[in-house]
Amino acid sequence: MTRPTVDLRPTTQPPMPRARPIASFFTRPQVIALAAVLLVNWLLFPGFFTITWQDGRFFGSLIDVLNRGAPVAILAIGMTMVIATKGVDLSVGAVMAISGATAATLVTSGVPAPVAVFAALGTGLLCGLWNGILVTVLEIQPIIATLVLMVAGRGLAQLITEGYIVTFSDPLLIFIGTGSFLGFPMPVVIAALLMILATLIVRRTALGLLIEAVGVNRSAARFAGLSAGALLLIVYTFAGFCAAISGLIVAGDIRGADANNAGLWLELDAILAVVIGGTSLMGGRFSIPMAVLGAMIIQAMNTGILISGFSPEFNLVVKSAVIIVILVLQSPISARLFRRLPGAQK
Amino acid sequence: MNVYKTLALGAGLAGLLLSAAYAEGLQGKVIGFSQIGSESGWRAAETSVTKAEAEARGIDLKFADAQQKQENQIKAIRGFIAQGVDAILVAPVVATGWEEVLTEAKEANIPVVLLDRGIEGPEDLYLTSVASDQVKEGRVAGEWLVGTVGDKTCNIVELQGTVGSSPAINRKQGFEEGIAGHANLSIIRSQTGDFTRSKGKEVMEGFIKAEDGGKNICAVYAHNDDMAVGAIQAIKDAGLKPGSDILVVSIDAVPDIFSAMVAGEANATVELTPNMAGPAFDALQAYWDAGTAPEKFIITESKLFTSADDPQGEYDRRKGLGY
Repeated sequence: MTRPTVDLRPTTQPPMPRARPIASFFTRPQVIALAAVLLVNWLLFPGFFTITWQDGRFFGSLIDVLNRGAPVAILAIGMTMVIATKGVDLSVGAVMAISGATAATLVTSGVPAPVAVFAALGTGLLCGLWNGILVTVLEIQPIIATLVLMVAGRGLAQLITEGYIVTFSDPLLIFIGTGSFLGFPMPVVIAALLMILATLIVRRTALGLLIEAVGVNRSAARFAGLSAGALLLIVYTFAGFCAAISGLIVAGDIRGADANNAGLWLELDAILAVVIGGTSLMGGRFSIPMAVLGAMIIQAMNTGILISGFSPEFNLVVKSAVIIVILVLQSPISARLFRRLPGAQK
Repeated sequence: MNVYKTLALGAGLAGLLLSAAYAEGLQGKVIGFSQIGSESGWRAAETSVTKAEAEARGIDLKFADAQQKQENQIKAIRGFIAQGVDAILVAPVVATGWEEVLTEAKEANIPVVLLDRGIEGPEDLYLTSVASDQVKEGRVAGEWLVGTVGDKTCNIVELQGTVGSSPAINRKQGFEEGIAGHANLSIIRSQTGDFTRSKGKEVMEGFIKAEDGGKNICAVYAHNDDMAVGAIQAIKDAGLKPGSDILVVSIDAVPDIFSAMVAGEANATVELTPNMAGPAFDALQAYWDAGTAPEKFIITESKLFTSADDPQGEYDRRKGLGY
């Protein structure tokens, strides 16, 4: 049987470097941007790269960047896959709040911590599945479908906590947020593991290719024999799962579930991280590690602003200026310019 | 939620004893209360304290929750006027657009008392307003720190509220006034923690790294208790002792800061009292009994609480109020 040869790759965009040598890693705009942000941080605060060993863990600003960036990085892992299918998930911030609220409320009412953790992850999966069903079965546009849970989800979380900040002293939940493994904060360890696992799964199997196929052209993918609906369900459910993990981390970090503020606006940071990572909102090619790098760029900026001593009125101005520069550097036009430069010298 | 509200009424019993003296004056009066909603713990506490204060005085309180909408508040006020209540309390959700409905109340001869927030418009539309002085809250915190450190040099880091919000602006200004004239105290870093625990923790982490592992910081001043709770965790993570290595002073007096005080990890907090209704009822009583119009702006006390003020007792008293 011969299958029709359909080129599922987008033709308008430059090809994503995938199996290129490691040297090219350092010339990617994201890596250069991160290096530049870190350099500026170092100039503003000479102790930025100093890492000491304290109480059995690494301690320093660079560790803070990794630690504080981890929740958004985890969100970005799930968000990358959703965006690769030409979708978007606006509800992840609210799902974080739901997950944290679930775990905290269960633990404070006497449920064993492991059960509470699984319940929180389960609610995340359910929330993701709900989004997936809205997108696939009811065929609602992703931005609208997930907007439902973005708005209603925070209300749900507030309902679970009854409007209070539910504080807990359970060692397991606190360990997820503030513990350490081999000297690294747990959030960093969790984010790294999840990134490696997710990347292996999508790149060592055909899953990544299938996701890209659905993102580029859902109908074509379906005609080529893919069950696009099932794939979308999996992808949205996974995004909900990632959000639940982030929610646990954020709650564990402050030893309490703050339904009003946990994950507030983080969906936008996650989308930004994915975009900085070079994945197009039009779907198709994606890179999970680059999205994680994007999250680190955002956090490096946040931490930089904190230690720089600028007055807080400048926070958003500085942040937006840097992001504009990064996105311009990544734009197709500047990519063409860059390619022309060495060619012109030859 | 209802269980907690019942508990809250129980907790209000302490207030009941204090207010017993007033019981006769307002006994049997019908007073309408249009509340904004329950967007924060403090708001929920204000609602339960108001109910407790009314019950203690034998007032028949008609409660209306506006769910953050002015139109609901206007409807509720019209409803109160139609029912012929004796007085109306309003916590206005916005500052403008009250002329018409308050004129209706005035024509019906029903005195109106504003709680917690003011409005724009002619002052004769309402009897009085009860609110806290945010600048004073900051000043009380600053003066406490001045008195506590004495002549020692003290580098302060400040966790501001949401940039541009009025409590952030006023509490910053007040604190600066409080420490003015004392050259040994200076604010070395100031950043926004958005009034949340997690941002408070993150910002404090940054400050500690930037100030020689926190050795250079003598005190942290947070614009609300939640940020202080986050900062306390950051200080502990850095291997320092909050409350002694770094002094912690904040504003609001929510239950969790008292449990930190019990543990010796927080030093002082300035109360933003949820009891706005008590002074309002007192003003109404004076108005009805003696016919004297109260002052136009009643400022609630910005009371300072330190670890010497029975933090465990304060925690127990506040826990059931809905914070």
